[in-house]
Formats: sequence, structure tokens, C-alpha cells
Amino acid sequence: MRRFSPVTVLGSFSVAVIEFLGSLGLLLKETSLMIQPALFTGRGKRLGWRNLWFQMVRVGVKSIGIVSLVVFCIGAILSLQMEPILRQYSATDKIADIIGVAMFRELGPLVAAITLTGFAGASIAAELGTMQVSEEIEALESQAISPVRFLVVPRVLATTVMMVCLAIVADLMGVLGGLFVSTSILGISAESYLRATFSAVEMKDFLGGLFKAAVFGCVLSLIACHLGMTVKGGAEGVGTATTKTVVYTIVALTFIDLGFTATFYYLGL
Amino acid sequence: MPDIAIKVSKATKIFGSRTVLDAIDLDIYRGETLVILGGSGSGKSTLLRMMIGSVPIDGGDILVHGKSLCDMSRTDLNEYRKSIGVLFQSGALYNSMTIADNVALPLREHTDLPEETIELMVKIKLELVGLREHATKLPSEISGGMKKRAGLARALALDPSILFYDEPSAGLDPVTSAEIDELIIKLNKLLGVTSVVVTHEMDSAFRIADRMVLLDRGKFVASGTPEQMKKSTDPLVRQFVYGLIDGPLTERKRTGAYESDLLMDNI
Ligand SMILES: Nc1ncnc2c1ncn2[C@@H]1O[C@H](COP(=O)(O)OP(=O)(O)O)[C@@H](O)[C@H]1O
Ligand SMILES: [Mg+2]
Repeated sequence: MRRFSPVTVLGSFSVAVIEFLGSLGLLLKETSLMIQPALFTGRGKRLGWRNLWFQMVRVGVKSIGIVSLVVFCIGAILSLQMEPILRQYSATDKIADIIGVAMFRELGPLVAAITLTGFAGASIAAELGTMQVSEEIEALESQAISPVRFLVVPRVLATTVMMVCLAIVADLMGVLGGLFVSTSILGISAESYLRATFSAVEMKDFLGGLFKAAVFGCVLSLIACHLGMTVKGGAEGVGTATTKTVVYTIVALTFIDLGFTATFYYLGL
Repeated sequence: MPDIAIKVSKATKIFGSRTVLDAIDLDIYRGETLVILGGSGSGKSTLLRMMIGSVPIDGGDILVHGKSLCDMSRTDLNEYRKSIGVLFQSGALYNSMTIADNVALPLREHTDLPEETIELMVKIKLELVGLREHATKLPSEISGGMKKRAGLARALALDPSILFYDEPSAGLDPVTSAEIDELIIKLNKLLGVTSVVVTHEMDSAFRIADRMVLLDRGKFVASGTPEQMKKSTDPLVRQFVYGLIDGPLTERKRTGAYESDLLMDNI
């Protein structure tokens, strides 16, 4: 007979969360130890760079279009939403400042990461999950080929690097979205919009955003790899792992972002 | 006294509260083909996975060429793994790579051989299993029997001294299955490898085995040459070997399973 009291539910939930974070930490540790043998020393480098390149194309190139479209629209939406409020204070010229800072510090990296979760995270989890189910990962191990070196390192590195590139694209597309609405509908000149953007956004906003993007990319690919490689229960398990990847990643990204923002706030950055 | 390649001594495996393998002993001699028989879920694959070092041993030990698997460091274990070949139940080919790349992977990962040499070696291995014309195909483009052959070619890539087969004839039609059996015999004779085959198909077992053991409820309940097994008077062996409907196996299912089903799982 099982009984569910609030305490047991909360307890087992906390244990599950800690277990999950622990295994992510272990995977991160093993991945960083394996970067060197995968790319620089040892025989693994024969295929290492090729695998990395392949993953970068797969993760990054195909998602540029969607990320651009989504962030462009968010830039446009923001400027339309803000205009009536700012007009009350005769401050419509501040639209560019707000969108610029919001994009570079926050929305560019976050929206790119969430889009990439659906795009690359889900597909990595499904791919590794299928490999787990079809004994491919076990076969690698049985041939003394480390799955972390061979599968996880290229995926995590590729996602982290491409996430930074995507964040740059997203920053620019967001500003363009705001620019498009401001010039075509709100009657602000392109020149004054861009000047306001560049004076409002500082280098530290840009670099801080990129650092966040790198962390997002690393976390989202680690979650996808971990959940993919630990799939149990056949094809159904692969489906569950894919869904879990998307949900867990979005929760994790939000918490990490909150942590970053709070830290930056208290440090006055 | 023949050489022992693998010595399983008091090896135990426990999943949750269930003892799947209960302190079993087994000697596998160098160069022989040993068949491990047992019903579905009797722990055959688990035993094989323990022997290749991918499932931890919960008690006892397994010695390969005199070295304990429990005491091996990661480096030692990897060296051991390079000296064995495994054919998995589903073939387990890397689906994103061509057949040739599948076979080449261990060579690319573990040797400094130039690409031309690797290509040559891949051709030799594929010829050995009769797949040379299909080198550039993807696993999804070939039949089940061919997948097993390709998996075998990959297992042979590093010239192993021991070959492990998990249900080599599972999911194959009788003719293809017989062809795979021929291949197992051929490789055993030609390369002088030790072969460990897990199966529940009696036809296949009798064709390839030098010696067989029967696994049941975590223990080896019988062992011997194919002739000895055929002549056995033990009701359990007879039921398994001849596929009889009446016998201890079905008897057990009729009584025990129902009770435990009723009593255990609803607590
Ligand atoms: N990783 C695992 N976790 C829990 N139980 C397992 C695991 N692997 C196998 N088992 C259980 O061990 C038993 C033996 O499995 P297996 O070795 O695959 O049997 P066989 O290959 O003889 O059909 C089965 O009851 C199976 O459910
Ligand atoms: Mg099995």
C-alpha cells in the first residue's frame, strides 16, 4: 500500500531533483575531461573534428532561420506594445533604448536558447535515446570507445558555440524588428533609432548576454544528452525522454536566467 | 588440461530484490564454441554483459585470461574490450554510418593505420562475412540477416580472441539463421577464436555447440556436449531441448506465477 502525504511527495521530489542535478554534474565533469582526448590528443581526434563540425551544422545552421524570425517578431511586438505607454510620457524615442537593452541582455540569448531547445535539444535526446534503445551506445562501450567522448563532447561543444553565434544573430534581428515597426508605423527615423540603440547598449550588456548564451547552450545540450543516453523502455521511452528534455530545459533555463539576472543586479552590472 | 579463456566463479547479479544470477560457475575453454541456453528472461544477456564488462558484478568474479574483471582499471578494461568482439541481439550497427564506416570505426579509433590500410582491412572483414558488395550501404538499407553479418564484421575489426554472440539467430528466417550458424562455425575454425553464444534456439545450438550449458532460475541446471544433452533424462532438460509442452517449466508457470501475481504485486 502506498500512501502519499505532502511530506513524502516533497521529499521524493527533492531527491529526484538532486539526483538529476548530480548526474548532470557528473556528465559535465566527464565531458570536460574528454574534450582533450576527443580533439587534441589521442586517436579520437581523427574523427573528433569532423564530428564536431557535423554537429555544429546540424545544431546551428538549420535553426538560424527560425530564431531570426521569432526574435524579429518579438522586437516588433515589443515596440508596438510599448508605444502607447511611452507616448503618455512623450518618451517614444526611448523605444530603441529599451528594445536594445532588453534584446542584448535578456531576450536575444533566452529566446534563442528556448528555440534551440525545441530544435536541437529534442533532436539530440531522440537521437541518443534511439541509439541507447538499439544497443548502439553499448556497442560503442564494448569496443572501448567512450560514448561521452564520441557522442557527448561534439554535441555539447557544438551547441555551446552555436548558441553564442545564434545569440548574436538574435540580438541583431530583435533590434531590426523594433526598427522595422518604429520606422514604418511609429514614424521614428531609422537613423535616430539606431543611434539610440548604440548609445544605450554597452559592451558589457552584449558580452554578458553572450556569456549567458554559452551557459544556456551547455546546459541544454547536457540535459538532452543525459536524458537521451539514459532512456529505458524502448520507443516509448524515447518519446518520454524527448518531452522531458524540452520541459526540464525550459525550467532550467528560466532558473539559470533568474540567477544571472539577480547576480548582475546585485553586482550593479 | 585445456586452457581456460574465461572463468566465471560464483558470479552473482541482483536487480532490485531479484537474484537473476545466483553464484554461478562456468569455465570456457580457449578455442571452443560454448552455447548458453535458457528461456527468455533467464539472465543470458545479463551474463554475457557481465563477461564483456558492461554490467557490474554483484558478487563472485569473472576471470578473463586469468585477470579479474572486478579488479580491472578503466584502462585495463578498455584493453580487454579491444581484444573481444560482440555481436548484439539487434546487430547494434551505428545507423548514421555506412557498413564500411561501421567496420572502420574501431580501427580509426584504436590504431594509427593510414586510411588506405583501413579500407583494405575493412574489405577483408566484409569479404569474410560475404558483404563486400554492400560496403557503401546504410544499415537501414539492408536486411536483418545482413545486419547481423555487418555487426559480425565490425566485431572482427580488431582481430578479437573471443567472440560473444547474443541471440545470433533471433528474428531471422530458418535459412538465414542457418547461414549465420555456418558463419559462426567458419570463424571459429578459421580464426581460432573462442566463441560464446547465447541462444534459446535449439536447432542453432546443436549445429554450432562444442559444449552447452542450460541456465534456469539463476543457476546452471545442466551442461554437456550436444550428444549428452540430447540423451539427458532430466525432465527440465528434455522439455527445453525437445520443446515439450508438458514439463517442469510449464508446470511452474501454471502454479507459481499466478500466486505471486495475486499476492506480491498488489501489496
Ligand atoms: N538493467 C536492468 N535493470 C533491471 N532488471 C533487468 C535489467 N536488465 C535485465 N533485467 C532483468 O533481468 C532478467 C534477465 O534479463 P536478460 O538477461 O535480458 O534475459 P535473457 O537475455 O535471458 O532473455 C529479466 O527479468 C530482466 O527483466
Ligand atoms: Mg537477451
